[in-house]
Amino acid sequence: MMNLRPETLRKIDEVVTHYPVKRSAALPILHLVQEDQGLVSNEAVEWIAARLELQPINVYELVTFYPMFRQKPIGRRHIKVCRTLSCAIMGGYRTCSEFQRQFGTGLGEVSSDGEVTVEFVECLASCGTAPVVMIDDALHEKVDVAKARELSEKIKAEAKSAAGTR
Amino acid sequence: MPAPEQFRLVFKHIDEAGYTNDLACYLRNGGYEVLRKSVLRKPEELVDEVKKSGLRGRGGAGFPCGVKWTLLDRKSGKPIYLIVNADESEPGTFKDRYIIHNDPHQLIEGIMITCFANKVERAYIYIRGEFPEGARILEKAIAEARAANFVGPNILGSGYGCEIYVHRGAGAYICGEETGLIESLEGKRPYPRIKPPYFPAVLGLYQCPTIVNNVETLCHVKHIAERGGEAFSKIGTPNNTGTRILCVSGHVQRPGYYEFEVGKITMGQLLNEVCGGPLPGRKFKAVIPGGSSAKVLRFGERYKGKRKVGAEMIDYDWALEDIPMDFDSLQMIGSMGGSGGVIVMDDSVSMVEALANINAFYSHESCGQCTPCREGSLWMKKITGRMVHGDARPEDGALLKSVADQIAGRTICAFGEACAWPTQSFIAKFGDEFKAYPEAKKAPRADGVPELV
Repeated sequence: MMNLRPETLRKIDEVVTHYPVKRSAALPILHLVQEDQGLVSNEAVEWIAARLELQPINVYELVTFYPMFRQKPIGRRHIKVCRTLSCAIMGGYRTCSEFQRQFGTGLGEVSSDGEVTVEFVECLASCGTAPVVMIDDALHEKVDVAKARELSEKIKAEAKSAAGTR
Repeated sequence: MPAPEQFRLVFKHIDEAGYTNDLACYLRNGGYEVLRKSVLRKPEELVDEVKKSGLRGRGGAGFPCGVKWTLLDRKSGKPIYLIVNADESEPGTFKDRYIIHNDPHQLIEGIMITCFANKVERAYIYIRGEFPEGARILEKAIAEARAANFVGPNILGSGYGCEIYVHRGAGAYICGEETGLIESLEGKRPYPRIKPPYFPAVLGLYQCPTIVNNVETLCHVKHIAERGGEAFSKIGTPNNTGTRILCVSGHVQRPGYYEFEVGKITMGQLLNEVCGGPLPGRKFKAVIPGGSSAKVLRFGERYKGKRKVGAEMIDYDWALEDIPMDFDSLQMIGSMGGSGGVIVMDDSVSMVEALANINAFYSHESCGQCTPCREGSLWMKKITGRMVHGDARPEDGALLKSVADQIAGRTICAFGEACAWPTQSFIAKFGDEFKAYPEAKKAPRADGVPELV
C-alpha cells in the first residue's frame, strides 16, 4: 500500500481544492508524494491517477518529463550543482568534481555509503553569486572548491553523528 | 560621463538592514496603502493608468503590459485568471528570486491591484520548483495577507474578492513560456500552444481569458497605481519607461542586481563603473545582454545606424560600451533586453566552449514538441560538444549555422529562436574563433581556466 503520512494526505486533500479542474493538482501531488516517499513509484503514479480520475499515463508522462521527479532512490542528501553558463565560467564544473571526489561517486549515482547523490542541474537563478549549489532545499552561494570541501565535511560529520545515535 | 545613481523602486527594501519579509514590516513601510486606495477606484481607471505608464513586460518579450490587459476577452462571461510567472529560469536572470524571498508582500499587493483592475477572482503564482523556500515564503505571506483582509473574500470591505494560490513547477525551463506554463498549470506536460488561436487573453487557463505577467512587472503595477501612469512614464526614457533591474553575472568585479531608470545607463557605465570592470589582468570579451537566449555582443565592435529621437531620425555610431540598456536600443543593435540578465565573459573564455555550454542547456530544455527545435538543439549540442571533447573541424562553424538557421521561425513557440540565436550570434561575432579552434585546442590549457562543458 501507499502508506502516505496523514500530514501528506491532508495536504493532498487541501491542494485539490485550489483548482476548478482536478487534473491541475497533479504536479503539487507529485511533489507531496515524492517528499513523503523519496521518489515516485509506479504504485504512486497509479494512486495519484485514481485520486484525480486520470489514466496512469497522464501522471506517468509528467514524471518522465519534469526533471525534478525521480523514479529511483537518491542518497540521503541531494547535492545539485548548477551547470549553466554563469556558474560554469566561475568554476561550477570544478565545484561539481570536488563533490564527486569527496564522496567517491559519479554524477547521478548514490554514493556507496548511501549518503549523497551529486547531480548537475540547469540554472538555479542565482547567477550573481556563482557558482551555486543546492543541497536539499537550501541554496549555497559562491561554492568554490574550498567551500565544496567544507560543505562535504559537514555532511560527513552529520552522517557520522546520525550513525552514532542510530 | 559618470554612471547615474541607482533608482530603487521595486528593489527599494532589498538589502535594507532590518527589513523582513513578514506583513508587520511591510505595513510599517506603508504596505497595502496603494491597494486600499485602489479598491476605491474604478477598475477601468487602473487599467488606463497602466496603459499610460507605458510599462513593458519584464519577463523577456517586453510587450506593453496595458495592451496585454486590454486584449482580454471580457465579453465571454468566463472567469478571468491571472497567472504570475515566477518561473524565473532564463540563464543569467536572478531578480524575481529576491523579490519573492525578501519582499513577498510587494508582489502580493501588485497582484491584488492587477486582479482588481481586471476583475480577476483567482490568481495562481507559478513558481519554479527550485525555489522551495520561496514557495513557503509566498504561502506564508498570502496567509498573512488573507488574515488581514488584503486577499480573500470582500477585500477591505469593497465587496470584491480574490484568492491567490501558489503552484510549484518541477524544473522545466519551458514552463516560463506562457502557454507552456498554462498547460503545466492544467496538470499536463508543458507543451506550448499554437497562437492563434490560443492567445492567453482569449483562450488561456481552462480555455478562459488569462493574463500572464512576470513578478517584476506586477511589482511595477503597484508603483504605477501609487504614482499614476503619467508620472511613472516620466521615469526612464520614452517607450522604455520605469526602472529595470539589471542582473549582472560572470567576469566582473562586482556581480549582482542593480536597479536603474530604463535607458539612463549604458553598458559601459554598468560594467565598468557600477560593476567595477573586468577581473584583475583580464579584458572584457563578450556580453550577453538579456538572458542566455539574447544574441551575444562583442567588445571592440561598433554599431551604426539611424535611430528615432523625438520626431527626427539621427545617426548613431556606438561602441558596445555606449549602448543604453533599454529595450529599443538593444533590439536596434541586433540583440535584446530580454529578462535583464547580463552575462559577461572575459578573454579567458573560449567562445566555442561557452556556446557548447549554452547548447547543452537548450538541448536539455527543449520540450520536444517541434522537430526543428528538438533535433536542432540536440545537434547543436552534439556538434559543439564534439568540437570541445573530440575532433574539431574548421568547417564546424558553418555546419552549426546551417542547423541554427533551420530552427527559428519553424516552431510553435519562441524557444526555437531562443535556442538558435546563441549559435547564430556566436558564429556571426566570433566566426574566426570557431575556424581557429581546431588549431587553438592543441595548445595546453591555460592555468585556472575552468572547463565549461
